[in-house]
Amino acid sequence: MTCEELLKALNEYVDGAELSELCDEFSQHLADCDPCQVVIDNIRQTISLYRHGQPYEMPKAFQDRLQDSLKSRWRETFGQPPTTSQP
Amino acid sequence: MPHVEEPTDVDLLHRAKAGDFESFERLVSQLQPRVYGLAFRILHQSQDAEDVTQQTFLALVEHLPGFREESSLATWVLRIATNFCLKILRKRRGSKTIALSELGPEDSYSNLPHPQFISAWTRTAEEIAQQSELRSEIEHAMQELDEKYRLVFLLRDVEGLSVRETAEAMELTESTVKVRLLRARLALRERLTSKFGDPEQALVPDHRHT
Repeated sequence: MTCEELLKALNEYVDGAELSELCDEFSQHLADCDPCQVVIDNIRQTISLYRHGQPYEMPKAFQDRLQDSLKSRWRETFGQPPTTSQP
Repeated sequence: MPHVEEPTDVDLLHRAKAGDFESFERLVSQLQPRVYGLAFRILHQSQDAEDVTQQTFLALVEHLPGFREESSLATWVLRIATNFCLKILRKRRGSKTIALSELGPEDSYSNLPHPQFISAWTRTAEEIAQQSELRSEIEHAMQELDEKYRLVFLLRDVEGLSVRETAEAMELTESTVKVRLLRARLALRERLTSKFGDPEQALVPDHRHT
């Protein structure tokens, strides 16, 4: 397996493809190719950074507006006033 | 005190379907940040992101009784949101530009960009994510990414949809999703490694492999 071939198959490897022929070839390549190993590690960190980054804050005023419009749509759809929290 | 088990998301969903608004609100509050975040990252505009969030949850109320639970509620909601985002993108682009679903030469594996700057990062992703002053740089790297790559990356890697679910949401084939995802990952890796990689540890690719 060359670095070029590895690049094409990289998704499957990063996504944790099960033990397969591909995976064996991949591991063999990585064992003596530091640059490819680092690229894969960089990509895993990249994904992790976006997946676990801070969420976007929704403006409070919008949240209140959304809640009101959901309530009235709920009434129209379910034909009953929304039940509220138990006391 | 007897131990009261917290209802699972599936419990909440079933109660909501039976007309319990409180359970519905709990589900909405869990999903809201994801929907708003996805829309904001796709559209880069808070008013449009709010509109998409509102439309998505209103549609959820209407379609809730008919939701057949073939996917998780989150996946279903994210697909609805993606649909509304795509509508806005189409409107913005007008008829002059090509659609996101149209394929170009870059939708194949030929001429993949080879990684340029290869170096271990000086800090872990967790450490970087905790530093709010770096946030704009990270988001900027995402914004620089072409729309067709950004959407696939957001749905697959950030929101955790499967390749098939991403393909369905985007109305693309699975193989196109895979190529775009690879290009997105390579492009983001390059940009972020140029910021967070250690220049002293930079490696030169070794192409002598057979």
